[in-house]
This record gives sequence, structure tokens and C-alpha cells, in this order.
Amino acid sequence: METAPKPGRDVPPKKDKLQTKRKKPRRYWEEETVPTRDGASPGPPCNKKNRELRPQRRKNAHILKKSRISKKPQVPKKPREWKNPESQRSLSGAQDPFPGPAPVPVEVVQKFCRIDKSRKLPRSKAKTRSRLEVAEAEEEETSIKAARSELLLAEEPGFLEGEDGEDTAKICQADIVEAVDITSAAKHFDLNLRQFGPYRLNYSRTGRHLAFGGRRGHVAALDWVTKKLMCEINVMEAVRDIRFLHSEALLAVAQNRWLHIYDNQGIELHCIRRCDRVTRLEFLPFHFLLATASETGFLTYLDVSVGKIVAALNARAGRLDVMSQNPYNAVIHLGHSNGTVSLWSPAMKEPLAKILCHRGGVRAVAVDSTGTYMATSGLDHQLKIFDLRGTYQPLSTRTLPHGAGHLAFSQRGLLVAGMGDVVNIWAGQGKASPPSLEQPYLTHRLSGPVHGLQFCPFEDVLGVGHSGGITSMLVPGAGEPNFDGLESNPYRSRKQRQEWEVKALLEKVPAELICLDPRALAKVDVISLEQGKKERIERLGYDPEAKAPFQPKPKQKGRSSTASLVKRKRKVMDEEHRDKVRQSLQQQQQQQQHKEVKAKSTGARPSALDRFVR
Amino acid sequence: MTANRLAESLLALSQQEELVDLPKDYLLSGSEDEGDNDGEREHQKLLEAISSLDGKNRRKLAERSEASLKVSEFNVSSEGSGEKLVLADLLEPVKTSSSLATVKKQLNRVKSKKTVELPLNKEEIERARTPLEQEIFNLLHKNKQPVADPLLTPVEKASLQAMSLEEAKMRRAELQRARALQSYYEAKARREKKIKSKKYHKVVKKGKAKKALKEFEQLRKVNPAAALEELEKIEKARMMERMSLKHQNSGKWAKSKAIMAKYDLEARQAMQEQLAKNKELTQKLQVASESEEEEGGTEEVEELLVPDVVNEVQMNADGPNPWMLRSCTSDTKEAATQEDPEQLPEPEAHEVSESEGEERPVAEEEILLREFEERRSLRKRSELSQDAEPAGSQETKDSSSQEVLSELRVLAQKLKENDQSRKQKATSKGTIPQVQREEPAPEEEEPLLLQRPERVQTLEELEELGKEECFQNKELPRPVLEGQQSERTPNNRPDAPKEKKKKEQMIDLQNLLTTQSPSVKSLAVPTIEELEDEEERNQRQMIKEAFAGDDVIRDFLKEKREAVEASKPKDVDLTLPGWGEWGGVGLKPSAKKRRRFLIKAPEGPPRKDKNLPNVIINEKRNIHTAAHQVRVLPYPFTHHWQFERTIQIPIGSTWNTQRAFQKLTTPKVVTKPGHIINPIKAEDVGYRSSSRSDLSVIQRNPKRITTRHKKQLKKSSVD
Repeated sequence: METAPKPGRDVPPKKDKLQTKRKKPRRYWEEETVPTRDGASPGPPCNKKNRELRPQRRKNAHILKKSRISKKPQVPKKPREWKNPESQRSLSGAQDPFPGPAPVPVEVVQKFCRIDKSRKLPRSKAKTRSRLEVAEAEEEETSIKAARSELLLAEEPGFLEGEDGEDTAKICQADIVEAVDITSAAKHFDLNLRQFGPYRLNYSRTGRHLAFGGRRGHVAALDWVTKKLMCEINVMEAVRDIRFLHSEALLAVAQNRWLHIYDNQGIELHCIRRCDRVTRLEFLPFHFLLATASETGFLTYLDVSVGKIVAALNARAGRLDVMSQNPYNAVIHLGHSNGTVSLWSPAMKEPLAKILCHRGGVRAVAVDSTGTYMATSGLDHQLKIFDLRGTYQPLSTRTLPHGAGHLAFSQRGLLVAGMGDVVNIWAGQGKASPPSLEQPYLTHRLSGPVHGLQFCPFEDVLGVGHSGGITSMLVPGAGEPNFDGLESNPYRSRKQRQEWEVKALLEKVPAELICLDPRALAKVDVISLEQGKKERIERLGYDPEAKAPFQPKPKQKGRSSTASLVKRKRKVMDEEHRDKVRQSLQQQQQQQQHKEVKAKSTGARPSALDRFVR
Repeated sequence: MTANRLAESLLALSQQEELVDLPKDYLLSGSEDEGDNDGEREHQKLLEAISSLDGKNRRKLAERSEASLKVSEFNVSSEGSGEKLVLADLLEPVKTSSSLATVKKQLNRVKSKKTVELPLNKEEIERARTPLEQEIFNLLHKNKQPVADPLLTPVEKASLQAMSLEEAKMRRAELQRARALQSYYEAKARREKKIKSKKYHKVVKKGKAKKALKEFEQLRKVNPAAALEELEKIEKARMMERMSLKHQNSGKWAKSKAIMAKYDLEARQAMQEQLAKNKELTQKLQVASESEEEEGGTEEVEELLVPDVVNEVQMNADGPNPWMLRSCTSDTKEAATQEDPEQLPEPEAHEVSESEGEERPVAEEEILLREFEERRSLRKRSELSQDAEPAGSQETKDSSSQEVLSELRVLAQKLKENDQSRKQKATSKGTIPQVQREEPAPEEEEPLLLQRPERVQTLEELEELGKEECFQNKELPRPVLEGQQSERTPNNRPDAPKEKKKKEQMIDLQNLLTTQSPSVKSLAVPTIEELEDEEERNQRQMIKEAFAGDDVIRDFLKEKREAVEASKPKDVDLTLPGWGEWGGVGLKPSAKKRRRFLIKAPEGPPRKDKNLPNVIINEKRNIHTAAHQVRVLPYPFTHHWQFERTIQIPIGSTWNTQRAFQKLTTPKVVTKPGHIINPIKAEDVGYRSSSRSDLSVIQRNPKRITTRHKKQLKKSSVD
């Protein structure tokens, strides 16, 4: 069971689907739409259509006329599906030129398959087999359906491409702003707030709202797209961190002493005194948990839906001021001064894992949205990207001139590092690949040292909080272009938000389900299973599942004599024995082969003295 | 000839035979061959021996039980117990060959014949020819040593002559009396020994012990040296007691009592008494304070002999700074060599003798002895000066003085080894006083030293120890060094030796963290207000500070090791200490037993982080998550992998398209609102045995055509 739905994979509501269905035949017969299917058409008409489908969908930001910043051409996969339109013209309207369902590309289907077929199952009975077959058929069907609905994710991510070998890092914000359309250009802005010190900032989950808090007490929340201020207060206390709760209506602020919660009017709703001296905040949206890391070394989980502290864990590593969450499995990553990063879940008193990352202390940690990569930077001026899929080994390492103090991943896997007053952004090839640290994708200099970084969800925008205020940068290709209107809708109305809130609360995932593998619920608890079996055997006095010893069937016409019965029994026994012997022989052979291979691979050159080795 | 002459003189001196006992014997043995009665006596002896073979009346050694007048002062009378063995007897063949007998007789005759001796000129004897001879003669004359006749010195002769007949008689009578008394005493003792009363013996023993203690106390006050000797004796007795099985309730009597003890109070008491006695006897004696004081004095003097640095070395070896150690040990060596010449006259010789072992000639021992003597004299002087010092000072003795003592002990042992030979020599040479002076010193040292277990004995050994520790310490900080080196020269890393797995792992981890990564060329280098150089220095300072206190890698490895240890299943030890063997404080059950009763925990599955040196993965089970998991396999599944496959597809609308979600969640039975659902009849299930119902059942599930149905079908078709 996955706690984090991937926005890209999510399927739009049925309503849209029905619409598309209704329009489907029209696409075939109408001549004007045919050329768009060919894939040669530029963006604008496509966008238009999207707007038709989804009136509230925002306009994608980066359709640039400038030569070096161009829209990526569509992947020519659809022409494969559709045959040459000319044949259709020659036929009469009565006959379907494409009989049967439309073919679906295998790779896309593969993406939605969830059953792990790598494991070979033991021999199963016919009944079991039929169940398994049913399950597999269901999986195939659902994944094909999901693959088909990929079609509805019409938005493409923006990107930046250099003109024959031109370094994209040299392109400054002004150039980008000049190239993009006016709505996108409006997303680049600076807030000059020099008075209240370095700022931390946080975007709401929908990406529509921005909250920031200055070290000297300035707290403000605004709808950053329309620049409409929701509230602005001064808490008259140092603000360490700020974070939106599940919606933009609630705001958690880590102040000097305690944790305070404000609403979007700036009214203080709660002062949580059990969370004191908090340095960092993280909100786990599907569990409704607010994780706080404190100076006292405690990691506290506060359930904001019921207002209870779920767990207070002592990290035993001194002051905690480096924290990030893994959006894939809701595990909290803490960076420590001894160079380790520890992974925490509220269900366990000890860290789930500890990774030694740096020789010096860890300064910043960030985990990408798929939960595959973790970026860390340490006091040894190194920036490392770790693989979180079981191995926890560094994939790439770079030494930065001054080390990165802040790190953040975008939804599409771009990595930003704040070093002093400069931010560097690295991009990888495609969505699932780690950012390659060889060449920065973009760089930008700010008016003060960086204090907070976050990519805006569903927007190609990076928000940087620094000592001079807030800067909103344009980073083409950072945000996920397609959002799930039911899950996090940037354009939702108040009513929609309220409805969503109720649904989200009903679907709240219990805190104790947080573990490294979010699919653990789809697994059987083997230990208690075995225990239960053992207890049952003890209770019954025999093993009900044990294989019954062979009992020869009685036969007629004198063939059921004692001797023949014994003979038959003997036969079965012998056969079983032979099977066993065969198996063991096979195993031995395999082992020997394995050994030989090993010996060949390891022993470079056998020494003459090896014969004396015992 | 000389013997004859002597014999004559002895006769004249009336029975002063003791002085010349030996020569007389020789004389007799020489003439024994011709004795006739000898053969008879030997024959008798043989007969006796044969008769004693049957075992009943063994030939007893003749004992003198009463006082007799015919006793020699020096040896017990030889009558009855056969004669002394003579060399000639042994040399003789058993059978005397007749052919040789005549020749032998002739030879003997020739031998016995007195040759005419030329009377030696006395002057010629005493004339000294060479200057050396002159000197020797001079010496001999001075000391009144015999020049020609070595047997009796002129002094002795004079004394012999000085004793008058009466005096000799008186002396003899005295001796006789003493002997008689002795024999009386012996007889008494034997008689007493034969007394069977245990109570009597107990009383006697107690009395003796008390008396001995009293005497010892007195002796301590009067003569401490003797008291110490006594103490040693007591100690020895204790050792004997400890070695023996006496009073340990293991004898026949004790075992019988043990059986009785359960019921009989007296028996129990007796046993306890015995055990108490054992305890008492084996208890360690508190060393007398006086001797301690004395020793304390010596130690303080001898502290000067070995420098204090010896102790410092040991302390340093454990201390955190291994680099200082080398120089420190060398310092001690130097100091020792420097200081020794001041106090010790010949330290080199001393050390050489110690190192080279026992094959030293006597001269070396002499040196040793002399050295020792000097020390003693020193000590004595100090004793005089520090007599008034309180005994409490003893407790503050430091290890250096102990070292000195241990050194002394070596010396003492050496002396002891040579003691016997020395004694013999001394008696022969007449240099007794020196030995007597020497002897008490080692013995004095002994009781204290015996209690001390193995200790570093010489300076050299000390040095060696220091070096060893130095090496150990050198090995420890190596990883740190490696780390530093690797930081400096990362190119050499791949050539790192492949030794042990653990080391490899460590190197791996080092590699992981210290690989030089290419630095990013950033277009926009962050500007910082400070000057470049200063800033860089600052950064370096910061990094250094960050790395200064802790070695991150070592800490992490340690933590990982601890985590691995903690997660390992524990072995169960079922040994009962003291069950079937001796128990008590400080006693451990034998290794064999422990091995037998140790239940080894089954080795769990390999850890997930086994091959990941930089990771600790918690292997503990998450109970809270497990509570939400399926724990019972539903019916058709036999293995949990099978069931897992069927629950891996998510059903919720979050993960599926709407259509798929609806299809996945459709109920098995769909009813239309308003549709009438009739109750189930028995016919529907197929319980009626009529042919019709049978048919209907068959139609519903054609797979389930049983033999019974078939039969019925046949029947109906026939009908």
C-alpha cells in the first residue's frame, strides 16, 4: 500500500473521462483534429484543448518563443497506435477502420503493475492457482486502464535547453523572465524584507500559498500567485521554522520557546508547550503528523487531527537542526553532528537505519519525491547523493567550494543547494534519474545568504528565503505539470477544500504504519503466522496441514492382498526417497558449480604452495 | 706407615681413637683379607638373608635401645648390622679363581712387605728451593700448619698433648652420661608414642603449641632474626598442611562421621571442629610488625637504588600518550645506568651475571655476595637511624620498593642455590663466619617475597614490558593515521592491502568517506564579506574543529558492532556452579561442564547491513505495523507468498481509474432494488433424493457427478 500517490500517475475524475469518451468518435471522423494526432503540432492548440477538458487547469508556464528555450516536442508514440489516416478516408463511414480496443504501449502498462513476479511460488493447488490467475488478470486489467488514462495527462514539463552547447547555468533569471509569457513572468519576484532577518518559507501542498517567517518574528502568509496577503503578524519572538499544516488554513510556527499554531487570519489557535525549543518542522500530510525536531534532541510527532502527541523519540545525538521527510514512506531523516543521518518512524524508539554520510557534521538533508535518492551535505564541503533503495550507498559525490547549507528536491527531481548567497540547481536526465552533479542546471545569486529553500509544488518555481527577504525564481522543469484535482488542487474553492479535508481525514493513515517499506501492509506477518501454526499444532496435538502418509486404496479381485498392499506402499516410499536423493544431488552440484565459479573468479593465479593449504 | 705411627701414639693417649677413626678403619680393611673369621661371618649373614626371605622375620636393623657402655661417640656400633663396605670387597670377583689366587697372595705379600725407607732429610723437606715455595712455607709456618704431615696441625698436636689422662677420663664420662640421657629420653619418647589415648596426645600437642608460641613471642623480643627463622618454619608447616589432606574431612574417620553427622550432633561438631582446625592451620600468618618495620627501612634505603622512573613507565604505558613512552623507557635506562654507579659499586657485573644465567664461576658469586653484604650494611645503618619510625609507614610503600625487593629476591635465590656448595667449602676452608653472616639475609626476605606473585624482576624486563605496551599502543591509533593519510593521498588508496575482512570493511568505509570528489565549477561563487585568505583559514579552522574531537568512522564502527552484538540471539547457559564439583566464591565451573550445558542459540538470518559498512539497519520487528498485517492464511493458500500476490494490487480509487476501482469493488451479488428474493428451498441445494432433483443438481454443477449419482442415473434410465 502506498501512502503517497504519485501525482503523475493519478487519474483524473470520472467526469473528465466521460467527456473524453464522448468526444472520442469525433476525433476519428473530424478532419481538423487528425493533424494534431500526428504529433507535429505545436503546443498552443494542445493547451487549448486541455482547457476545454479541464476548465480550472492552469496554463502551463513555459511556452517560450526564444530559440534556446523551446517546448519539448511530443513523444511520437501515438502515431504507433493510430494507423495511417489516409486508409480511413478511403473506407466508408459504416466500417470501423480500427477494430478492437486501442493498443497500449507495454512500458506504460508495466509502470502500473504492482505484483512482484520475481519470486517463484511453490507448487500450488488448482484452487489456489485459479485465485492467483484471477489476481493477475485483475492487475493487468487495472494497469491497462491506468495506462490508457495516461493520455489525459496532457501537460508537459517545461525545460531549458542551451543553444548548441551553451551552458544553461549562464542563463540568468532576467533572460528567462524575458522569454516566458506574462503569467509565468509574474511568478518571478523578490520581496525585500531586510528588517526581520533571514527568512524560512513554506509552500502549501497545493502550491498556491506561501508562508514565511523571519528570524526576528515576522510571520506572513499569502496567496503568492495573486500576491494577496492572508495575514501578517509579528510574533515578537525568534521564529525558527514555519510550516503549513494539511491545508493553507493552518500554520505551525516554531518560535523561540514553544510551537504555535496560527490560522490564515494570523490568530493564534494553539500554543503547544510540549514541543519546546523546536528548530525544524515537517508535516506528513497523509498521517496528519507534525514532526518537530528540538534543541533538546527530541523528535516529537504531533497528530494535528486529534491534537495528541503520538511519539516523542530521543535521538540521543544532541541538538537536532537538520530534518527532512521522505515523501515516499513518511520516514523522517535527521542529520547529526557526527556525520550520520538517522531514519525515524514514530512506531520505533530507535532509528530504523543509520547512515554514515560525512566525516564532519551533516548540514542539510533532502529526499526526492520518489523516495529513491537522498542528498546530503556536510561540514566537509561535500555534497552526496545516496541511493535509498536498500543499499544506502553514495551514487555521486561532489566537493563544493563552500559546502551547501540547504538542500531541496523538486517534484521532478531537480536538486537545489544553497551555498552562502548562491543557489545552484542540478538536473538529471528524465524523472527517475538522480541529478547529475557535473554541471549545474541553473545558478542564481541572491542579495543575502540563503536560509530556506523550497520548490513550489506543481509550479516551475523555486522559493528562496534569505536574509534580504524572499526570492521566487523560475526554474523550468522543476514542478510536476499534471496535478490531481481531487488530491491537491491549486484552483480549489473554499468549499472544495472543506470537502477534501473531510475525505483526507477519513483516509488518514495511522502513524504506526510508517516504516521503511510502505508496501509492508501487503505482506503477511510471517512470524505471527508461524507462531499461530505452532500453537495450533500444540493445541490439537497433531499437525492438520501435514501430508498424510500414503494409504493404498483397497482393490478388488484379490489384488488387495497384504503383500500387494505392502508392495504398493513400498513403491510410493521408494519414489519419494528417490525424489529426495535427486534433489540433494542437484543441490550439491549447484553448490559445487557455485564454488568453482567463485574460485575461478577470486583466485587470480594458484600458487604451487596451495596444495598444502587445508 | 704414618697410620701405624699414629696408632701407636693413639694407644699411648688411651682410647682417643675417634680422632683417627678413619685411618684406623682403612688399616683394618686393608688387612681384612687375611682374617679367617670373616668367611664365617659372611656365611652367617647369607644364611640370615635367606631365612629372612620368607618375609616373616625380616632382618631388622640393629638398634640400640639402651644405654651401653660400648658406644662410640661418632658412629653406632657396627655389631650385628654387618660391616662397613669396603671398596676392595666390591672389586673382588665373586668366585676367586684358583689360578690367580697364588699370584695374588704373592702380590699381597709383596705389598705388605715393608720397604726399607730412606730416612728423609728433614732439612731437605723444609728446604725451600724456589721463591714461591719459600713463600708458601712461610705462610704455612706463620699459620702453624703442618708442612710434612698433613693430618695433625701442631695446634692439634699440642691440644692432644695438653689433655691429661684425668681430663680425658672425665670427658669420656661426661659423654657417656650424655649418651645415656639421650637414650633415656628416646626410650621415654617411644613409650609415650605408644600410648593410644587420643585425648592424651591432643593435650600434649596443644601444650606444645602453646609453649612454642610463647617461646616464639619471647624470641621475637629478644632475637628478631631467629624469630624470623621460626616464622619461616611456621610458614613451611602451613604449606605442608595445605598440601596434605589432613583435617579436610576426607579421611576414613571423617567420612564415617559425615554419615553420622546427619543424626548425631556430636559427630557434626567433631567435623566442624576439624574443619575449623584446618582453617586455623592453613590461615596465613600475619607477618610480625617488627620485621616489617625493618623491611620498610630497607626499602626506603633501596628506593634510592632504583630510580622512580620505573613506576612512571608503567603508569605511562596505560596512559593516553603512547608517543612519549619510547623516550621515557630510554630515559629510565639511562637514568638507571647513570644512577647505579653512584650507589652500586659494580652494577655492570651484577647485571651481566643476571642475564647470562647460572654458569657463572664462583668469582661472580663472590661479587654478588659482596654486593649483598654492602647492601646489608647500608640497611643496618639505616635501621639504626630510623628505628624510631612508626610501623605505619610500611603501608605507604610504593611499587618501586617492591621492584627492588623482587630484584633482591633474585639475588636471594641465586645465593640459595649456591648455598650448599658454599657451606661445604666453608667447612673445609674454615671460612664459616662469612657464610653465617650471609645466610640470614635471604631468609629474612623470603616470607614476604614468597607471597608475592609474578612481578617484573629486573630493569631489563621492565624495559621489555614497556616496549611491548608501546607497540600495542602504537597499533591502536593506526586507523586514525590511515585516515589522515588517506585524506592526504587518496590516489594510494586502491593499493590498500587486502588482509582481513574486518580491515577491509574499515578501509572500505574510509574509502567511502574520503574519496576525493571532483569539485563543482560554479559560475557564481558565493561572496563572503571577509577576505579570501582569512575566510579560507576560517573554514579550515572550522573543519578542523569539527574533526578534532571525534573520529567519526571509528565511533560509527563501534556503534555498529554494538548493534550487531545486541541483535544477536543470546546463548543460554544452564550450568549450575558448584553442582558436582567444588563451588564457592571465585570458583568457576569447568570449561567442559560449561560447554556441555550451553545451549547455543540458532544463528539468525544474515543482517541486512552485513555488506554495508556505512549503514546500521535496525533489525527489530515493528510490532505496531505487524498488528495491521495479515497473520492467518485464508483457505486455499498454503504459502504466504501465494496470498501476498493476491493482495498486492491496491483497490482504492486513489490508485486506480474510476472504472477499475468500480470493477474491483463490485459486490459478488448485485440486486436490483425492488426485486423479490425468494428464500432458499431444500430442492435448490439438492437434498431431495428424487430423480428430478438429482438431475437438477447435476445440471447445476456438472463437475460433481459422483459415482452414486451415476448409479442413480443409470437406475432411473433403466426404469
